[in-house]
Amino acid sequence: MSSIEVNNLNVWFDDKQALKGVNMTIPEKGITAIIGPSGCGKSTFIRSINRMNDIIPSCRVQGQILVDGKDLYGPGVDVTQVRKNIGMVFQRPNPFPKSIYENIAYAPRIHGTRDKKKLGEIVERCLRRAALWDEVKDRLDKSAYDLSGGQQQRLCIARALSIDPEIVLFDEPCSALDPIATAKIEDLLEELKDDYTVVIVTHNMQQAARVADRTAFFYLGELIEFGDTSQLFERPENELTENYITGRMG
Amino acid sequence: MMVLRTTYHDELNRLNREVVEMGALAQEMVSKGIEAFLRGDEAIREELASMDREIYRQEQEIDRHCFEIIALHQPVASDLRKVSSCLKVVTDLNRIGRYGRNIAEMGEGAADRSVTRRFPLQTMAQQVLSMVEAATSAFVNRDTKAAMAIIERDDEIDKLWESIFRGTITCMIEQPQNISDGAYTILAARYLERIADHACNIGERVVFMVSGTRVDHYEFKRVPRMDHREGPTQPEPSTDGYYVTRLDEK
Repeated sequence: MSSIEVNNLNVWFDDKQALKGVNMTIPEKGITAIIGPSGCGKSTFIRSINRMNDIIPSCRVQGQILVDGKDLYGPGVDVTQVRKNIGMVFQRPNPFPKSIYENIAYAPRIHGTRDKKKLGEIVERCLRRAALWDEVKDRLDKSAYDLSGGQQQRLCIARALSIDPEIVLFDEPCSALDPIATAKIEDLLEELKDDYTVVIVTHNMQQAARVADRTAFFYLGELIEFGDTSQLFERPENELTENYITGRMG
Repeated sequence: MMVLRTTYHDELNRLNREVVEMGALAQEMVSKGIEAFLRGDEAIREELASMDREIYRQEQEIDRHCFEIIALHQPVASDLRKVSSCLKVVTDLNRIGRYGRNIAEMGEGAADRSVTRRFPLQTMAQQVLSMVEAATSAFVNRDTKAAMAIIERDDEIDKLWESIFRGTITCMIEQPQNISDGAYTILAARYLERIADHACNIGERVVFMVSGTRVDHYEFKRVPRMDHREGPTQPEPSTDGYYVTRLDEK
């Protein structure tokens, strides 16, 4: 399992600094939530953890992100390997335009698993892990687009798990879902946290309070406060955190 | 930075006003109860019966309002402490008011009470009334030092109660015709002692509401008094890996 140690992380998009000297250690396993108002840098932060910002030409990153002591931004790092180890689920469900089976089998196959029996086992294991197996086991060959929004998002989670990551990043995974689908994803996060290091960006403070073991509050690109979720929501140490979570500023 | 959730904050302000109003009523009931007991005033007793109905109504109303705020607005941090404190404080205020009425109800035949006059019941009543005033004032002003000072005064009241109790028992043993008078004296002193306890409870809730620190009643009585005079401070974070960044230190 992997802990994430962030040392003096600075990120710029052209001249605009999106993250300013962020230092934090995300312990292995459990759920860490990132909250903050729009534009505070929380998505930039989570995207830095699996080097998704690399695909933005104007982006410049300075500082270290150590996963198990190894710097993700160090020389000679294989970005594909980083993203294999650190899965990501996005705001809107984005299944491949393929069958349910293929959505899960695709990544293991391109990483070298050819055996059909083994692929079948991976598909079943991941769909079970994402609490989707019972709903789709009789129609694995149907298009993923036939699933509901909540099912598609769970399929994306199953897909992220298919190559055995140690860390899974969620960027507002429930913002496009109804309350029932949201509850299912939250239950799933609770299941996953024993085996994976989960980091979730959320706009929904109640969701952070419900699911996260630890919560970090970002404001204007700075990490303002990071700690135990119940402590942060019951007795925040910083006035900015207090003002944000009580709705006195945003 | 913009202020958000104005309806919610209006509701919190209204809740505060309701508790302050109830505090003033409880205070008045104690004051009138003592007066009725010492002077045997029938008119005040009747007035207190109607005030008792009113304070009960206010408690129900505030209780309902607190639940509405929790259900509709999901308060966190200092707002949650405020609402939960109000829920507890109103129970204390209701009990304080009710004891005021109970004391008044024993006022019949006050003129003939030679036993009552032998003991410092009036002194005790003045001290207890001043504790109730201090408790409502500490709530209004969010004054943790004043709240802690109330708790400190509880020992004096306990000593007065004990001395009145022992003295009255002795009187009753020596002269059985004093039993009725003595029983009323003991009951009045006991009610006053309970009122002081409720004032202390309010003090504890004020400390929690303002600072997030829970006052441990037993620990408080154990440690030297000087340690409390400065009022509580935010305790050190107890969780490992708890980070706080203060922007003004940067």
